[in-house]
Amino acid sequence: MLSMTEKEKIEEEIRLVPIKKAACIEALKIVQAHRRWVSDESIRDVADILDMSPEEVDSVATFYNLIFRQPVGRHIILLCDSISCYVMGLKGIHEELTGLLGIQYGQTTADGRFTLLPNPCLGTCDHAPALMVDNDLYRDLHPAALADILDKYT
Amino acid sequence: MERPLTQHITFPPLELRQYEAIGGYQAVRKAVRHMQPKDVTALVKESNMKGRGGAGFSTGMKWSFVPMDVPGPKYLVANADEMEPGTFKDRWLLEGNPHQLLEGMIVAAYAIQATEAFVFLRWAYKDAAIAIRKAIAEAYDAGYLGKDILGTGYSLEMHLHTGVGRYMCGEETALLNSLEGKRATPRAKPPFPQVSGLFGKPTIVNNVETLSFIPHIINKGADWFKSLSRTADGGTKIYGVSGRVRKPGAWELPMGITMRELIEEYAGGMKEGYGFRGVLPGGASTDFLIDKHMDITLDFAGVAAAGSRLGTGTMVVLDDQTCPVGFVHNLEHFFAQESCGFCTPCREGLPWTEKLLWAIEQGRGQEEDLELLLRHTEWLGPGNTFCALAPGAMEPLQSALKYFRDDFERHIREHRCPYHDPVPAVPASAHLHHTHHL
Repeated sequence: MLSMTEKEKIEEEIRLVPIKKAACIEALKIVQAHRRWVSDESIRDVADILDMSPEEVDSVATFYNLIFRQPVGRHIILLCDSISCYVMGLKGIHEELTGLLGIQYGQTTADGRFTLLPNPCLGTCDHAPALMVDNDLYRDLHPAALADILDKYT
Repeated sequence: MERPLTQHITFPPLELRQYEAIGGYQAVRKAVRHMQPKDVTALVKESNMKGRGGAGFSTGMKWSFVPMDVPGPKYLVANADEMEPGTFKDRWLLEGNPHQLLEGMIVAAYAIQATEAFVFLRWAYKDAAIAIRKAIAEAYDAGYLGKDILGTGYSLEMHLHTGVGRYMCGEETALLNSLEGKRATPRAKPPFPQVSGLFGKPTIVNNVETLSFIPHIINKGADWFKSLSRTADGGTKIYGVSGRVRKPGAWELPMGITMRELIEEYAGGMKEGYGFRGVLPGGASTDFLIDKHMDITLDFAGVAAAGSRLGTGTMVVLDDQTCPVGFVHNLEHFFAQESCGFCTPCREGLPWTEKLLWAIEQGRGQEEDLELLLRHTEWLGPGNTFCALAPGAMEPLQSALKYFRDDFERHIREHRCPYHDPVPAVPASAHLHHTHHL
Protein backbone atom coordinates (compact mmCIF):
# COMPACT_ATOMS: atom_id res chain seq x y z
CA MET A 1 0.00 0.00 0.00
CA LEU A 2 1.25 3.45 -0.86
CA SER A 3 1.59 5.75 2.11
CA MET A 4 -0.43 8.96 2.31
CA THR A 5 2.73 10.95 1.64
CA GLU A 6 3.52 8.92 -1.47
CA LYS A 7 -0.05 9.25 -2.70
CA GLU A 8 -0.11 13.00 -2.15
CA LYS A 9 3.19 13.47 -3.94
CA ILE A 10 2.01 11.37 -6.89
CA GLU A 11 -1.27 13.32 -7.05
CA GLU A 12 0.79 16.50 -7.14
CA GLU A 13 2.74 15.19 -10.14
CA ILE A 14 -0.49 14.17 -11.88
CA ARG A 15 -1.75 17.76 -11.62
CA LEU A 16 1.33 18.98 -13.54
CA VAL A 17 0.71 16.87 -16.65
CA PRO A 18 -2.09 16.80 -19.24
CA ILE A 19 -2.65 13.03 -18.97
CA LYS A 20 -2.31 10.85 -15.88
CA LYS A 21 0.04 8.33 -17.49
CA ALA A 22 2.60 11.05 -18.02
CA ALA A 23 3.30 11.02 -14.28
CA CYS A 24 4.45 7.39 -14.42
CA ILE A 25 8.21 7.95 -14.11
CA GLU A 26 7.75 10.58 -11.42
CA ALA A 27 5.47 8.22 -9.50
CA LEU A 28 8.08 5.45 -9.67
CA LYS A 29 10.73 7.90 -8.49
CA ILE A 30 8.54 8.88 -5.55
CA VAL A 31 7.98 5.27 -4.53
CA GLN A 32 11.67 4.51 -4.84
CA ALA A 33 12.64 7.57 -2.84
CA HIS A 34 10.49 6.25 0.02
CA ARG A 35 11.24 2.53 -0.21
CA ARG A 36 14.63 2.43 -2.00
CA TRP A 37 13.19 0.02 -4.60
CA VAL A 38 9.97 -0.69 -6.49
CA SER A 39 8.26 -3.97 -5.60
CA ASP A 40 5.58 -5.80 -7.61
CA GLU A 41 3.06 -4.52 -5.09
CA SER A 42 4.22 -0.94 -5.64
CA ILE A 43 3.93 -1.43 -9.40
CA ARG A 44 0.28 -2.43 -8.90
CA ASP A 45 -0.34 0.52 -6.59
CA VAL A 46 1.17 2.98 -9.07
CA ALA A 47 -0.85 1.38 -11.88
CA ASP A 48 -4.07 1.85 -9.87
CA ILE A 49 -3.45 5.50 -9.18
CA LEU A 50 -2.51 6.24 -12.82
CA ASP A 51 -5.26 4.14 -14.45
CA MET A 52 -2.65 1.99 -16.14
CA SER A 53 -2.15 -1.77 -16.23
CA PRO A 54 0.60 -3.12 -13.95
CA GLU A 55 2.33 -4.48 -17.06
CA GLU A 56 2.42 -1.03 -18.60
CA VAL A 57 3.94 0.48 -15.46
CA ASP A 58 6.43 -2.38 -15.24
CA SER A 59 7.50 -1.84 -18.84
CA VAL A 60 8.44 1.72 -17.90
CA ALA A 61 10.05 0.73 -14.60
CA THR A 62 12.26 -1.93 -16.17
CA PHE A 63 13.38 0.33 -19.01
CA TYR A 64 15.34 2.74 -16.86
CA ASN A 65 18.70 1.90 -15.33
CA LEU A 66 18.04 3.66 -12.07
CA ILE A 67 14.60 2.37 -11.17
CA PHE A 68 15.33 -0.65 -9.02
CA ARG A 69 12.98 -3.62 -9.29
CA GLN A 70 14.91 -5.57 -6.67
CA PRO A 71 15.82 -4.64 -3.11
CA VAL A 72 19.04 -2.65 -2.90
CA GLY A 73 21.48 -1.86 -0.14
CA ARG A 74 21.54 1.26 2.01
CA HIS A 75 24.05 2.84 -0.34
CA ILE A 76 24.25 2.61 -4.11
CA ILE A 77 27.68 2.59 -5.71
CA LEU A 78 27.64 3.60 -9.38
CA LEU A 79 30.98 2.73 -10.93
CA CYS A 80 31.52 4.49 -14.23
CA ASP A 81 32.45 1.83 -16.79
CA SER A 82 32.64 4.11 -19.82
CA ILE A 83 35.51 4.70 -22.16
CA SER A 84 37.53 7.43 -20.44
CA CYS A 85 37.38 5.55 -17.15
CA TYR A 86 38.30 2.36 -19.02
CA VAL A 87 41.42 4.02 -20.39
CA MET A 88 42.33 5.58 -17.04
CA GLY A 89 42.25 2.44 -14.94
CA LEU A 90 38.72 1.13 -14.50
CA LYS A 91 40.05 -2.43 -14.32
CA GLY A 92 42.11 -1.77 -11.19
CA ILE A 93 39.28 0.13 -9.55
CA HIS A 94 36.80 -2.61 -10.36
CA GLU A 95 39.07 -5.35 -9.01
CA GLU A 96 39.80 -3.52 -5.78
CA LEU A 97 36.19 -2.53 -5.24
CA THR A 98 34.70 -5.96 -5.87
CA GLY A 99 37.42 -7.40 -3.63
CA LEU A 100 36.62 -5.03 -0.78
CA LEU A 101 32.89 -5.53 -1.11
CA GLY A 102 32.97 -9.23 -1.90
CA ILE A 103 30.25 -8.76 -4.52
CA GLN A 104 29.93 -8.35 -8.28
CA TYR A 105 27.90 -5.84 -10.31
CA GLY A 106 24.20 -6.08 -9.54
CA GLN A 107 24.74 -7.59 -6.11
CA THR A 108 24.24 -6.31 -2.59
CA THR A 109 26.60 -6.98 0.30
CA ALA A 110 25.36 -9.53 2.85
CA ASP A 111 25.06 -6.81 5.52
CA GLY A 112 22.82 -4.78 3.19
CA ARG A 113 25.26 -1.89 3.20
CA PHE A 114 26.14 -1.52 -0.48
CA THR A 115 24.74 -2.35 -3.91
CA LEU A 116 27.26 -2.14 -6.74
CA LEU A 117 26.10 -1.09 -10.21
CA PRO A 118 27.91 -0.23 -13.42
CA ASN A 119 27.00 3.18 -14.74
CA PRO A 120 27.48 4.53 -18.24
CA CYS A 121 29.47 7.74 -18.19
CA LEU A 122 29.21 9.92 -15.12
CA GLY A 123 30.22 12.89 -17.31
CA THR A 124 33.43 13.65 -15.50
CA CYS A 125 35.78 12.13 -18.07
CA ASP A 126 38.57 14.66 -17.44
CA HIS A 127 38.79 13.28 -13.89
CA ALA A 128 38.53 9.59 -14.72
CA PRO A 129 38.21 7.08 -13.22
CA ALA A 130 35.12 8.02 -11.25
CA LEU A 131 32.34 6.58 -9.15
CA MET A 132 29.35 7.81 -7.18
CA VAL A 133 28.15 6.65 -3.81
CA ASP A 134 24.57 7.88 -3.35
CA ASN A 135 24.88 11.61 -4.09
CA ASP A 136 28.64 11.85 -3.70
CA LEU A 137 30.94 11.89 -6.70
CA TYR A 138 34.52 10.63 -6.37
CA ARG A 139 36.95 11.45 -9.14
CA ASP A 140 40.58 10.84 -10.13
CA LEU A 141 40.28 7.54 -8.29
CA HIS A 142 43.11 5.27 -7.30
CA PRO A 143 42.47 1.75 -6.02
CA ALA A 144 44.19 2.64 -2.75
CA ALA A 145 41.59 5.35 -2.06
CA LEU A 146 38.60 3.02 -2.17
CA ALA A 147 38.70 1.56 1.34
CA ASP A 148 38.57 5.04 2.90
CA ILE A 149 35.68 6.03 0.66
CA LEU A 150 33.64 2.98 1.65
CA ASP A 151 34.37 3.63 5.33
CA LYS A 152 32.34 6.84 5.14
CA TYR A 153 29.13 4.90 4.63
CA THR A 154 27.62 2.84 7.41
CA MET B 1 40.25 35.73 -26.60
CA GLU B 2 36.58 36.05 -25.68
CA ARG B 3 35.00 33.28 -23.66
CA PRO B 4 31.37 34.35 -23.39
CA LEU B 5 30.05 30.97 -22.25
CA THR B 6 32.52 30.27 -19.51
CA GLN B 7 33.87 33.61 -18.30
CA HIS B 8 31.41 33.77 -15.44
CA ILE B 9 31.49 30.17 -14.40
CA THR B 10 31.98 29.81 -10.67
CA PHE B 11 31.45 27.07 -8.09
CA PRO B 12 29.02 27.65 -6.49
CA PRO B 13 27.49 29.54 -9.42
CA LEU B 14 26.45 33.19 -9.44
CA GLU B 15 23.19 33.93 -7.69
CA LEU B 16 20.59 35.88 -9.63
CA ARG B 17 21.61 39.32 -8.31
CA GLN B 18 25.26 38.62 -9.05
CA TYR B 19 24.35 37.33 -12.49
CA GLU B 20 22.36 40.51 -13.15
CA ALA B 21 25.32 42.59 -12.01
CA ILE B 22 27.45 41.19 -14.84
CA GLY B 23 24.73 41.90 -17.39
CA GLY B 24 22.58 38.86 -16.84
CA TYR B 25 18.95 38.79 -18.02
CA GLN B 26 19.54 41.80 -20.30
CA ALA B 27 18.85 39.49 -23.25
CA VAL B 28 15.48 38.53 -21.75
CA ARG B 29 14.64 42.20 -21.22
CA LYS B 30 15.70 43.06 -24.75
CA ALA B 31 13.93 40.13 -26.43
CA VAL B 32 10.58 40.16 -24.65
CA ARG B 33 10.29 43.95 -24.54
CA HIS B 34 11.78 45.08 -27.81
CA MET B 35 11.83 42.19 -30.27
CA GLN B 36 9.15 40.23 -32.06
CA PRO B 37 9.47 36.43 -31.65
CA LYS B 38 10.23 36.07 -35.36
CA ASP B 39 13.03 38.64 -35.06
CA VAL B 40 14.66 36.60 -32.30
CA THR B 41 14.57 33.53 -34.52
CA ALA B 42 15.85 35.52 -37.49
CA LEU B 43 18.79 36.82 -35.46
CA VAL B 44 19.76 33.34 -34.28
CA LYS B 45 19.44 32.06 -37.83
CA GLU B 46 21.61 34.90 -39.10
CA SER B 47 24.29 34.06 -36.54
CA ASN B 48 24.64 30.62 -38.13
CA MET B 49 24.65 29.01 -34.69
CA LYS B 50 24.79 25.26 -35.13
CA GLY B 51 23.45 23.05 -32.37
CA ARG B 52 26.11 21.88 -29.94
CA GLY B 53 24.46 18.60 -28.96
CA GLY B 54 26.19 16.59 -31.66
CA ALA B 55 24.21 16.86 -34.88
CA GLY B 56 25.19 20.43 -35.70
CA PHE B 57 21.90 21.53 -37.24
CA SER B 58 21.18 25.27 -37.57
CA THR B 59 19.45 26.39 -34.38
CA GLY B 60 17.56 29.31 -35.92
CA MET B 61 16.39 27.08 -38.75
CA LYS B 62 15.09 24.52 -36.24
CA TRP B 63 13.12 27.22 -34.42
CA SER B 64 11.71 28.53 -37.69
CA PHE B 65 9.97 25.17 -38.30
CA VAL B 66 7.62 25.77 -35.37
CA PRO B 67 4.16 26.68 -36.69
CA MET B 68 3.41 29.93 -34.89
CA ASP B 69 -0.31 30.12 -35.60
CA VAL B 70 -1.49 26.86 -33.98
CA PRO B 71 -3.62 27.10 -30.85
CA GLY B 72 -2.60 25.42 -27.61
CA PRO B 73 0.65 25.04 -25.74
CA LYS B 74 4.14 24.86 -27.19
CA TYR B 75 7.15 23.52 -25.37
CA LEU B 76 10.86 24.14 -25.05
CA VAL B 77 13.20 21.51 -23.64
CA ALA B 78 16.84 21.87 -22.64
CA ASN B 79 18.52 18.56 -23.32
CA ALA B 80 20.79 18.20 -20.29
CA ASP B 81 20.89 14.42 -20.38
CA GLU B 82 24.60 14.32 -21.39
CA MET B 83 25.33 10.60 -21.29
CA GLU B 84 27.59 10.11 -24.31
CA PRO B 85 30.75 8.48 -22.98
CA GLY B 86 33.65 10.89 -23.19
CA THR B 87 31.38 13.92 -23.03
CA PHE B 88 31.43 16.19 -20.01
CA LYS B 89 31.08 19.74 -21.33
CA ASP B 90 27.50 20.50 -20.31
CA ARG B 91 28.16 19.59 -16.69
CA TRP B 92 30.46 22.61 -16.55
CA LEU B 93 27.74 24.97 -17.80
CA LEU B 94 24.97 23.42 -15.69
CA GLU B 95 26.88 23.49 -12.43
CA GLY B 96 28.81 26.69 -13.08
CA ASN B 97 26.26 29.08 -14.56
CA PRO B 98 22.66 27.84 -14.48
CA HIS B 99 21.19 31.34 -14.94
CA GLN B 100 22.91 31.62 -18.32
CA LEU B 101 21.08 28.45 -19.42
CA LEU B 102 17.77 29.66 -17.98
CA GLU B 103 18.15 33.01 -19.70
CA GLY B 104 18.80 31.25 -23.02
CA MET B 105 15.78 29.06 -22.44
CA ILE B 106 13.49 32.02 -21.71
CA VAL B 107 14.62 33.78 -24.89
CA ALA B 108 14.27 30.60 -26.96
CA ALA B 109 10.85 29.91 -25.45
CA TYR B 110 9.80 33.46 -26.25
CA ALA B 111 10.96 33.04 -29.86
CA ILE B 112 8.67 30.07 -30.37
CA GLN B 113 6.05 31.41 -27.91
CA ALA B 114 6.33 28.34 -25.71
CA THR B 115 4.27 28.36 -22.55
CA GLU B 116 6.22 25.67 -20.73
CA ALA B 117 9.88 24.80 -20.57
CA PHE B 118 11.71 21.78 -19.14
CA VAL B 119 15.27 21.09 -18.19
CA PHE B 120 15.75 17.36 -18.83
CA LEU B 121 18.68 16.65 -16.53
CA ARG B 122 20.43 13.36 -16.01
CA TRP B 123 20.25 11.72 -12.61
CA ALA B 124 23.98 11.72 -11.95
CA TYR B 125 24.30 15.52 -12.09
CA LYS B 126 23.34 16.11 -8.47
CA ASP B 127 25.11 19.47 -8.07
CA ALA B 128 23.56 20.70 -11.30
CA ALA B 129 20.11 19.73 -10.04
CA ILE B 130 20.61 21.80 -6.89
CA ALA B 131 21.96 24.75 -8.89
CA ILE B 132 19.15 24.68 -11.45
CA ARG B 133 16.38 24.25 -8.90
CA LYS B 134 17.68 27.29 -7.04
CA ALA B 135 18.12 29.34 -10.21
CA ILE B 136 14.57 28.57 -11.37
CA ALA B 137 13.17 29.70 -8.00
CA GLU B 138 15.22 32.91 -8.17
CA ALA B 139 14.08 33.61 -11.72
CA TYR B 140 10.42 33.21 -10.69
CA ASP B 141 10.95 35.59 -7.75
CA ALA B 142 12.54 38.18 -10.01
CA GLY B 143 9.72 38.03 -12.55
CA TYR B 144 11.71 36.39 -15.36
CA LEU B 145 9.48 33.33 -15.18
CA GLY B 146 5.81 32.83 -14.48
CA LYS B 147 2.89 34.94 -15.57
CA ASP B 148 3.32 38.21 -17.41
CA ILE B 149 7.11 38.30 -17.57
CA LEU B 150 8.41 41.83 -16.92
CA GLY B 151 4.90 43.13 -17.54
CA THR B 152 4.98 42.19 -21.22
CA GLY B 153 2.07 39.77 -21.21
CA TYR B 154 4.35 36.84 -22.10
CA SER B 155 4.14 33.91 -19.64
CA LEU B 156 6.38 30.89 -19.20
CA GLU B 157 6.45 28.08 -16.65
CA MET B 158 9.69 26.16 -16.14
CA HIS B 159 10.27 22.72 -14.61
CA LEU B 160 13.28 20.62 -13.77
CA HIS B 161 12.92 16.97 -14.76
CA THR B 162 15.60 14.60 -13.52
CA GLY B 163 15.98 11.45 -15.60
CA VAL B 164 16.30 7.89 -14.41
CA GLY B 165 19.19 6.84 -16.53
CA ARG B 166 19.10 5.76 -20.13
CA TYR B 167 21.35 6.99 -22.94
CA MET B 168 18.41 6.95 -25.36
CA CYS B 169 16.91 9.90 -23.49
CA GLY B 170 19.44 12.11 -25.25
CA GLU B 171 17.76 11.43 -28.61
CA GLU B 172 15.21 14.19 -28.89
CA THR B 173 12.12 12.14 -29.70
CA ALA B 174 13.02 9.48 -27.11
CA LEU B 175 13.51 12.30 -24.64
CA LEU B 176 9.99 13.49 -25.35
CA ASN B 177 8.59 10.01 -24.74
CA SER B 178 10.45 9.93 -21.46
CA LEU B 179 9.04 13.33 -20.48
CA GLU B 180 5.62 11.87 -21.21
CA GLY B 181 6.32 9.16 -18.65
CA LYS B 182 6.98 6.41 -21.21
CA ARG B 183 9.87 4.21 -22.23
CA ALA B 184 12.46 6.31 -24.02
CA THR B 185 12.08 4.80 -27.47
CA PRO B 186 12.54 7.06 -30.49
CA ARG B 187 9.60 8.26 -32.57
CA ALA B 188 9.21 8.09 -36.31
CA LYS B 189 9.99 11.33 -38.13
CA PRO B 190 8.18 13.11 -39.70
CA PRO B 191 6.35 14.66 -38.01
CA PHE B 192 9.30 16.42 -36.47
CA PRO B 193 9.03 17.55 -32.84
CA GLN B 194 8.99 21.17 -33.99
CA VAL B 195 5.53 20.43 -35.36
CA SER B 196 4.35 17.57 -33.16
CA GLY B 197 6.48 17.00 -30.09
CA LEU B 198 5.68 16.80 -26.40
CA PHE B 199 2.05 15.73 -25.95
CA GLY B 200 1.66 16.22 -29.70
CA LYS B 201 2.39 19.92 -29.50
CA PRO B 202 5.15 21.93 -31.21
CA THR B 203 8.36 21.42 -29.26
CA ILE B 204 11.95 22.55 -29.54
CA VAL B 205 14.70 20.50 -27.95
CA ASN B 206 18.09 22.22 -27.74
CA ASN B 207 21.37 21.29 -26.14
CA VAL B 208 22.59 23.09 -23.01
CA GLU B 209 25.63 24.65 -24.73
CA THR B 210 23.42 25.89 -27.57
CA LEU B 211 20.90 27.50 -25.24
CA SER B 212 23.61 29.01 -23.06
CA PHE B 213 24.86 30.92 -26.10
CA ILE B 214 21.51 32.52 -26.93
CA PRO B 215 21.69 35.45 -24.47
CA HIS B 216 25.06 36.47 -25.88
CA ILE B 217 23.80 36.39 -29.46
CA ILE B 218 20.81 38.55 -28.48
CA ASN B 219 23.03 41.04 -26.65
CA LYS B 220 25.88 41.28 -29.12
CA GLY B 221 24.49 40.25 -32.47
CA ALA B 222 25.10 37.79 -35.28
CA ASP B 223 28.30 39.37 -36.59
CA TRP B 224 29.90 39.32 -33.17
CA PHE B 225 29.01 35.63 -32.87
CA LYS B 226 30.55 34.86 -36.24
CA SER B 227 33.68 36.86 -35.36
CA LEU B 228 34.41 34.57 -32.41
CA SER B 229 35.16 31.73 -34.79
CA ARG B 230 38.10 31.06 -37.07
CA THR B 231 35.90 29.32 -39.64
CA ALA B 232 32.46 29.43 -41.21
CA ASP B 233 30.84 27.77 -38.17
CA GLY B 234 30.34 30.69 -35.83
CA GLY B 235 31.04 31.10 -32.16
CA THR B 236 33.26 29.53 -29.61
CA LYS B 237 33.01 25.85 -28.73
CA ILE B 238 33.62 24.01 -25.53
CA TYR B 239 36.20 21.40 -26.40
CA GLY B 240 37.34 18.73 -24.00
CA VAL B 241 40.02 16.07 -23.87
CA SER B 242 40.18 12.96 -21.71
CA GLY B 243 42.50 9.96 -21.72
CA ARG B 244 46.22 9.75 -21.07
CA VAL B 245 47.10 13.35 -21.80
CA ARG B 246 49.02 15.57 -19.37
CA LYS B 247 46.15 17.94 -18.59
CA PRO B 248 42.72 16.46 -19.28
CA GLY B 249 40.04 19.14 -19.20
CA ALA B 250 37.62 21.36 -21.09
CA TRP B 251 38.23 24.74 -22.66
CA GLU B 252 36.11 27.31 -24.44
CA LEU B 253 38.00 28.14 -27.63
CA PRO B 254 37.25 29.66 -31.02
CA MET B 255 35.36 27.26 -33.26
CA GLY B 256 37.83 25.90 -35.78
CA ILE B 257 41.02 25.58 -33.76
CA THR B 258 43.12 22.65 -34.88
CA MET B 259 43.22 19.28 -33.21
CA ARG B 260 46.97 19.73 -32.70
CA GLU B 261 46.43 22.92 -30.72
CA LEU B 262 43.78 21.30 -28.59
CA ILE B 263 45.66 18.12 -27.79
CA GLU B 264 49.21 19.43 -27.66
CA GLU B 265 48.73 22.95 -26.29
CA TYR B 266 45.66 22.80 -24.12
CA ALA B 267 45.72 19.16 -23.06
CA GLY B 268 49.51 19.31 -22.79
CA GLY B 269 50.21 16.40 -25.14
CA MET B 270 50.56 12.79 -24.10
CA LYS B 271 51.54 11.78 -20.59
CA GLU B 272 55.14 10.78 -20.02
CA GLY B 273 55.64 7.29 -21.38
CA TYR B 274 52.56 7.19 -23.58
CA GLY B 275 52.26 7.70 -27.32
CA PHE B 276 49.28 8.96 -29.32
CA ARG B 277 47.41 6.41 -31.43
CA GLY B 278 44.08 8.00 -32.17
CA VAL B 279 41.20 10.05 -30.90
CA LEU B 280 37.42 10.01 -30.95
CA PRO B 281 36.83 13.68 -31.72
CA GLY B 282 33.30 14.07 -30.41
CA GLY B 283 32.31 11.36 -27.99
CA ALA B 284 31.83 7.60 -28.21
CA SER B 285 29.78 7.63 -31.41
CA THR B 286 32.35 9.26 -33.69
CA ASP B 287 35.00 7.77 -35.98
CA PHE B 288 38.62 7.61 -34.84
CA LEU B 289 41.01 10.16 -36.24
CA ILE B 290 44.74 9.49 -36.19
CA ASP B 291 48.13 11.23 -36.43
CA LYS B 292 47.65 12.42 -40.00
CA HIS B 293 44.54 14.36 -38.96
CA MET B 294 46.30 16.48 -36.33
CA ASP B 295 46.06 19.67 -38.35
CA ILE B 296 42.37 19.51 -39.25
CA THR B 297 40.15 22.30 -37.99
CA LEU B 298 37.72 21.31 -35.27
CA ASP B 299 34.50 22.57 -36.78
CA PHE B 300 31.63 20.66 -38.35
CA ALA B 301 33.01 20.68 -41.91
CA GLY B 302 36.65 20.14 -40.94
CA VAL B 303 36.01 17.00 -38.92
CA ALA B 304 33.53 15.70 -41.50
CA ALA B 305 36.14 16.10 -44.26
CA ALA B 306 38.50 13.94 -42.20
CA GLY B 307 35.85 11.20 -42.06
CA SER B 308 34.44 11.73 -38.61
CA ARG B 309 32.07 14.06 -36.78
CA LEU B 310 32.67 17.00 -34.44
CA GLY B 311 29.85 15.55 -32.32
CA THR B 312 30.06 17.08 -28.88
CA GLY B 313 33.63 18.30 -29.39
CA THR B 314 34.81 16.35 -26.37
CA MET B 315 37.60 13.98 -27.32
CA VAL B 316 38.75 10.66 -25.98
CA VAL B 317 42.39 9.89 -26.69
CA LEU B 318 43.59 6.36 -27.39
CA ASP B 319 47.18 5.90 -26.27
CA ASP B 320 49.69 3.30 -27.42
CA GLN B 321 49.39 1.17 -24.29
CA THR B 322 45.63 0.77 -24.38
CA CYS B 323 44.38 -2.07 -26.53
CA PRO B 324 42.30 -0.71 -29.45
CA VAL B 325 40.18 -3.88 -29.44
CA GLY B 326 39.48 -3.54 -25.73
CA PHE B 327 38.76 0.15 -26.26
CA VAL B 328 36.21 -0.56 -28.99
CA HIS B 329 34.77 -3.46 -27.01
CA ASN B 330 34.09 -1.09 -24.12
CA LEU B 331 32.27 1.26 -26.51
CA GLU B 332 30.17 -1.50 -28.07
CA HIS B 333 29.33 -2.89 -24.66
CA PHE B 334 27.93 0.53 -23.80
CA PHE B 335 25.89 0.81 -26.98
CA ALA B 336 24.58 -2.76 -26.72
CA GLN B 337 23.49 -2.12 -23.15
CA GLU B 338 21.88 1.22 -23.94
CA SER B 339 20.06 0.13 -27.11
CA CYS B 340 16.38 0.61 -26.38
CA GLY B 341 15.64 -2.69 -28.15
CA PHE B 342 12.94 -1.11 -30.24
CA CYS B 343 14.35 -2.08 -33.65
CA THR B 344 15.82 -5.46 -34.48
CA PRO B 345 19.16 -4.60 -36.12
CA CYS B 346 20.19 -2.58 -33.09
CA ARG B 347 18.77 -4.94 -30.46
CA GLU B 348 20.34 -8.03 -32.03
CA GLY B 349 23.30 -6.59 -33.89
CA LEU B 350 24.95 -4.65 -31.10
CA PRO B 351 25.20 -7.57 -28.64
CA TRP B 352 26.50 -9.71 -31.51
CA THR B 353 29.14 -7.09 -32.29
CA GLU B 354 30.07 -6.86 -28.64
CA LYS B 355 30.45 -10.64 -28.32
CA LEU B 356 32.65 -10.84 -31.41
CA LEU B 357 34.91 -8.12 -30.07
CA TRP B 358 35.08 -9.76 -26.67
CA ALA B 359 36.04 -13.06 -28.26
CA ILE B 360 38.81 -11.37 -30.24
CA GLU B 361 40.01 -9.49 -27.17
CA GLN B 362 40.14 -12.76 -25.22
CA GLY B 363 42.15 -14.47 -27.93
CA ARG B 364 39.23 -16.56 -29.17
CA GLY B 365 38.74 -14.68 -32.43
CA GLN B 366 38.58 -16.35 -35.85
CA GLU B 367 39.94 -14.91 -39.06
CA GLU B 368 36.47 -14.50 -40.55
CA ASP B 369 35.35 -12.40 -37.56
CA LEU B 370 36.85 -9.24 -39.02
CA GLU B 371 34.82 -9.64 -42.17
CA LEU B 372 31.73 -10.26 -40.05
CA LEU B 373 32.42 -7.13 -37.99
CA LEU B 374 32.81 -5.11 -41.16
CA ARG B 375 29.49 -6.40 -42.43
CA HIS B 376 27.88 -5.39 -39.14
CA THR B 377 29.10 -1.84 -39.67
CA GLU B 378 26.99 -1.86 -42.84
CA TRP B 379 23.98 -3.75 -41.45
CA LEU B 380 23.80 -1.42 -38.48
CA GLY B 381 24.78 1.62 -40.49
CA PRO B 382 22.73 4.64 -41.55
CA GLY B 383 19.37 3.79 -43.08
CA ASN B 384 19.09 0.30 -41.61
CA THR B 385 17.99 1.20 -38.10
CA PHE B 386 15.20 3.27 -36.60
CA CYS B 387 17.43 5.92 -35.04
CA ALA B 388 21.07 6.98 -34.95
CA LEU B 389 22.21 4.90 -31.97
CA ALA B 390 23.48 1.86 -33.88
CA PRO B 391 24.97 3.85 -36.78
CA GLY B 392 26.74 5.95 -34.13
CA ALA B 393 27.98 2.78 -32.47
CA MET B 394 29.43 1.61 -35.79
CA GLU B 395 31.53 4.75 -36.31
CA PRO B 396 34.33 3.95 -33.85
CA LEU B 397 34.25 0.30 -34.92
CA GLN B 398 34.54 0.87 -38.66
CA SER B 399 37.38 3.35 -38.21
CA ALA B 400 39.17 1.08 -35.72
CA LEU B 401 39.01 -1.73 -38.28
CA LYS B 402 40.56 0.66 -40.78
CA TYR B 403 43.28 2.25 -38.66
CA PHE B 404 44.11 -0.47 -36.13
CA ARG B 405 43.57 -3.55 -38.26
CA ASP B 406 46.98 -4.94 -37.35
CA ASP B 407 45.93 -5.03 -33.72
CA PHE B 408 42.79 -7.00 -34.50
CA GLU B 409 44.77 -9.42 -36.67
CA ARG B 410 47.45 -9.87 -34.06
CA HIS B 411 44.84 -10.82 -31.43
CA ILE B 412 43.48 -13.49 -33.75
CA ARG B 413 46.88 -14.76 -34.88
CA GLU B 414 48.40 -14.93 -31.41
CA HIS B 415 45.21 -16.02 -29.61
CA ARG B 416 45.71 -13.38 -26.92
CA CYS B 417 45.59 -9.67 -26.26
CA PRO B 418 49.06 -8.25 -26.82
CA TYR B 419 48.30 -5.37 -24.45
CA HIS B 420 46.51 -6.75 -21.41
CA ASP B 421 48.27 -10.06 -21.32
CA PRO B 422 51.85 -9.28 -22.16
CA VAL B 423 54.35 -12.07 -22.62
CA PRO B 424 55.76 -12.80 -19.18
CA ALA B 425 59.23 -11.40 -18.76
CA VAL B 426 61.77 -14.02 -19.62
CA PRO B 427 63.86 -14.82 -16.54
CA ALA B 428 67.44 -13.66 -16.92
CA SER B 429 68.69 -17.20 -16.49
CA ALA B 430 66.76 -18.30 -19.56
CA HIS B 431 68.92 -16.13 -21.75
CA LEU B 432 71.84 -18.35 -21.00
CA HIS B 433 70.29 -21.07 -23.09
CA HIS B 434 68.00 -19.37 -25.55
CA THR B 435 68.23 -16.61 -28.07
CA HIS B 436 65.32 -14.20 -28.54
CA HIS B 437 62.71 -15.60 -30.78
CA LEU B 438 60.17 -12.74 -30.70
